[in-house]
Amino acid sequence: MDLRGKRVTLHDMTLRDGMHPKRHLITLEQMVAVATGLDAAGVPLIEVTHGDGLGGASINYGFPLCSDEEYLRAVVPHLKRARVSALLLPGIGTVEHLRMAVDCGVKTIRVATHCTEADVSGQHIALSRKLGVDTIGFLMMAHMTPPEALLGQAKLMESYGANCIYCTDSAGYMLPDDVTARVARLRAELRPETEVGFHGHHNLGMGIANSLAAIEAGASRIDGSAAGLGAGAGNTPLEVFVAVLDRMGVEHGVDLYKVMDVAEDLVLPMMDAPVRIDRDALILGYAGVYSSFLLFAKRAAERYGVSSRDILVEMGRRKTVGGQEDMIEDVALDMAKSLSRRVT
Amino acid sequence: MRIKAAIVGSGNIGTDLVYKALRSEWIEPVWMVGIDPASEGLKRAADMGLKTTASGVDGLVPHVTADGVQIAFDATSASAHADNARKLRERGVFLIDLTPSALGPYCIPPVNLKDIGEDVTDVSMVSCGGQATIPMVAAVSRVQPVEYAEIVATVASKSVGPGTRQNIDEFTRTTAEAVERVGGARRGKAIIIINPAEPPLMMRDTIHCLTDGEPDQAGITRSVHAMIREVQRYVPGYTLKNGPVFDGRRVSVYVEIQGLGDYLPKYAGNLDIMTAAAVRTAELFAERMAS
Repeated sequence: MDLRGKRVTLHDMTLRDGMHPKRHLITLEQMVAVATGLDAAGVPLIEVTHGDGLGGASINYGFPLCSDEEYLRAVVPHLKRARVSALLLPGIGTVEHLRMAVDCGVKTIRVATHCTEADVSGQHIALSRKLGVDTIGFLMMAHMTPPEALLGQAKLMESYGANCIYCTDSAGYMLPDDVTARVARLRAELRPETEVGFHGHHNLGMGIANSLAAIEAGASRIDGSAAGLGAGAGNTPLEVFVAVLDRMGVEHGVDLYKVMDVAEDLVLPMMDAPVRIDRDALILGYAGVYSSFLLFAKRAAERYGVSSRDILVEMGRRKTVGGQEDMIEDVALDMAKSLSRRVT
Repeated sequence: MRIKAAIVGSGNIGTDLVYKALRSEWIEPVWMVGIDPASEGLKRAADMGLKTTASGVDGLVPHVTADGVQIAFDATSASAHADNARKLRERGVFLIDLTPSALGPYCIPPVNLKDIGEDVTDVSMVSCGGQATIPMVAAVSRVQPVEYAEIVATVASKSVGPGTRQNIDEFTRTTAEAVERVGGARRGKAIIIINPAEPPLMMRDTIHCLTDGEPDQAGITRSVHAMIREVQRYVPGYTLKNGPVFDGRRVSVYVEIQGLGDYLPKYAGNLDIMTAAAVRTAELFAERMAS
């Protein structure tokens, strides 16, 4: 694979996707420390919000330690070069949240929908563009729809005003050929000035390989997180990816040693449990299930005496999509009932 | 004698309303209003003996008095509702609003239908998610004060029309507000998830409440079961899947809604509960008008 001379924008997920393994309880001090460390390392874009995006504070997804606004107002003024992005899932967050984020100094808005439901993002993408910020359409669970259909959804987002479209492997299910097929299709058919991005999860250990495939197929923005802190087995580990990009001669502007140190000295000590490919994270990638279901399944399994792996497989069988965390307890209760029927 | 009604909007919701209204003992649908002469809804309504117009509400207005129309269902869009309501109210027509415009007071039949004042001329049916979940919030809050209630409505992609998609924030905003005002929670939040699975999934709703202090488990459980039966009187496919689950101050209820399958498919319980609630509301007002 020859990627020499290509240029990518790296987008850090530690303080957004990383909120999932932290149960949305990252402190303001940790946020500021990690963000300033990443800024100093030259990471150009840093996402900060609840793990489920603006307005994600809820019983369903977890109440964060601080509000989105508190996090954003704490982090933004400390950054010298990096810009802060915020994620928004229509149906969870609203245009009011979006306005608040831009008011806090957010310069990139990422509007996320399930890969087949892009037409719920029109009002949010249009407003973001109107407010003059970098606007990304983020097509989640992209493995669940073929490349041609994904392109149709991407074109909708582009028509609303998105200047960049992401192929998002929320389940960490894709293999490099799946990424290549989707990203290449987007790159070939979207307007030349529209950027294409890729967001990976490491559930099958493919974070790096998939991100490289995405660059080869024409992606110019790639997500990663320091020490991989993210849902499931985490995101593409940023410091590892930077090292690989250095070796391959890809331009990215991030200082390898500094980003390694952020991962090792700041992020690793924050972890409540190692972010790794345990059997539950592996099953997410294997069965194509939304990565942030992981901890919810583990908790429900413990509470109801059923297997977390079985819960996740059932979530896959029910064809659940991002945001359906509520179905995890429902599935666990169904399983517990059928267990008790078998016993008696 | 049945009270005569018009249905404004010839899409899926309007067409399903025709079927349900035709079965009512209290109301008689006589007009169907659309804007597209080729619409399937107008054709079906005409086949079922309704008068139809494709000129929007202006096509209906000249006939309101002569045809004795006293109730109109508005199944158009939030942006069209204010205008429709103004033109019809001037002629003494009572409006039942199935759009998310939220102009009139909210009505969730098993919770507050009887409390809607005699002077009200335009009631809002909130949203599909509101109809499906607010009865459960009320079932908890009538037993014990609810500090916070949050509803998660998951609907089949095929059952979500372009109007909802273009303004999904209206759904979350209107539903959250009605969770407070009608459901009785001090703070409300609404989340909607659209799932494209094939075959389409039945509407699923999760209702989470945080009670003041330890929840009264026995009282809340009795109240939830009683409310389920109330809703089943007009939506037979409204079922309790799991719960109420108690976890500290959290009370969670899991319901599924299967529609009757009149015009809309059975999985579209979200739309069915709207049309069923609207017809039930119309019937109460027809009863008042008749007496």
